Amino acid sequence: MTDFWIILTGSLVATCCSILGCFLILRRMALIGDAISHSVLPGIVIAFMVSGSRDSFIMLLGASVLGLVTVFLIQLFQQSGVQSDASIGVVFTALFAVGVVLVSLNLRQVDLDLDCVLYGEIAHVHWNTWTLGGTDMGPKAVWLLGFTLLVIVTLVSLFYKQFKLCAFDPLLAAAVGIPVALFHYLLMGLVSMATVSSFESVGAILVVGMLIIPASAAYLLTDRLGLMIVISVAIGIASTVLGYAAAYVLDASIAGCMVCAAAVLFILAFLLSPTHGLVARKLWRRMNQQSL
Amino acid sequence: MQRTTEALTAPPLAISGLSVAYQKKPVLRNVSFQLPHGELVGVVGPNGAGKSTLIKAALGLIPKLAGEVQVFGAPSASQRKLIGYVPQRESVDWDFPTNALDVVMMGRYGHLGWFRRPGAKEKRLALECLAKVGMADYANRQISQLSGGQQQRVFLARALAQDARLYVMDEPFAGVDAATEKAIIGLLQELKREGKTVMVVHHDLATVKEYFDSVLLLNVEVQAFGKTAEVFTTANLAQTYGGRFAYLNQQDAEMNESGAASGIGRG
Repeated sequence: MTDFWIILTGSLVATCCSILGCFLILRRMALIGDAISHSVLPGIVIAFMVSGSRDSFIMLLGASVLGLVTVFLIQLFQQSGVQSDASIGVVFTALFAVGVVLVSLNLRQVDLDLDCVLYGEIAHVHWNTWTLGGTDMGPKAVWLLGFTLLVIVTLVSLFYKQFKLCAFDPLLAAAVGIPVALFHYLLMGLVSMATVSSFESVGAILVVGMLIIPASAAYLLTDRLGLMIVISVAIGIASTVLGYAAAYVLDASIAGCMVCAAAVLFILAFLLSPTHGLVARKLWRRMNQQSL
Repeated sequence: MQRTTEALTAPPLAISGLSVAYQKKPVLRNVSFQLPHGELVGVVGPNGAGKSTLIKAALGLIPKLAGEVQVFGAPSASQRKLIGYVPQRESVDWDFPTNALDVVMMGRYGHLGWFRRPGAKEKRLALECLAKVGMADYANRQISQLSGGQQQRVFLARALAQDARLYVMDEPFAGVDAATEKAIIGLLQELKREGKTVMVVHHDLATVKEYFDSVLLLNVEVQAFGKTAEVFTTANLAQTYGGRFAYLNQQDAEMNESGAASGIGRG
């Protein structure tokens, strides 16, 4: 049963992240995902300090607000003349540092462990279960991730055309009356939600891998956005399963193995993709040279 | 949408007192003009004259310091379905995972509203528009595999799919091959025959007289605006381009002698 819960949790993390990752990398905002995943930490701690509970939904709210604040600050600095990569670096490291300070100040009352924040502990998800009216409903993380996935799938499928046009051609999107800023912040809010829900399981650093790697591999494998999302999700889930198997054999960090598996799949896509792959390009070149 | 008689007789685009600045630097100052109905209007001026900015401000895509923009007698925000827009080709990522047909269908997104998805009707219309720019055979081609001229034609087809009454195009002739240039000008003529108004940012002074009924000479302020025959004069161009025009003029003369047509003062 433990195996089942871990793989389910990992797959939910992978699915949430891989869907959003596609839009992030197409908008060339992979680093914004990185920034959000770190700067939500103070949001989590503040939510904890205010509410005094480790209720996941309150933390989700606090973190999502911080995620939007991050994006807002980054844009504010960029528009005021700070270089874009520098402003990302300034905002997320500063907010993350605030989070670290807050955690260390409240260390006695909080059982938020910094190691857990950074690296996650997916092996423990099945210990923290949700009981409703005396019955065990399964791990809290699964419910939280399930809820996040539901929100992501609902919003992305409802507003697919808006998300797509805002990613491809924001000028036209604005010209035809699509509220570009609203969809920008909606996407960022979803990324924050996905990050926070994945926090306990894979941690702040590895969640970035789940956001970016499967989507980047899928980008190499197809020329259609819809298919790219499907492939990205498939790669994400495959990384979870392969990663868990590797961790079992090696007796190593589960979350670490999952992201390593994603990286291996990315390298395979990079080498073997029929259109963009290194091997295909080399072969094509050789064939062309021979025909000359 | 209400289409009163007033709305149809009001000028397609009326701009008064428009000023725009990027971080205190004025890009447009006190720009006022009214586009006539059913004409092809060229917008000409040196680099940094604010041509693209004018288009973006007219469409309400960037904030303005002062001034008013009316499209068919109402603010542009309420008239979006009457406006077709062709952004600069370089403004988008052509490696985006999508094909030509899909890009053209994006022209319909504004008409579909919040929740409706593009369906068979949109697909049929998009294919018709692709055919009009001679790109029907490329409908399923990934957009990164199209040449620059073909990409520009896809953008034009997308604007056609918007089924607008006023078209605003930002440098559609920039960096395209001769065949595409011909296709575009044919399309502009057809739009004109249908009674539509087209405003085009243009950089090739050699073809202005041939392509446009009216011309707007712009360099931060409006330098001249009117019928091409009356306004497109050496004196006005010298005023618009400042010191650089002596050089342009010389090139122009050389070109007229050799009969070649190539880009001048791209901007």
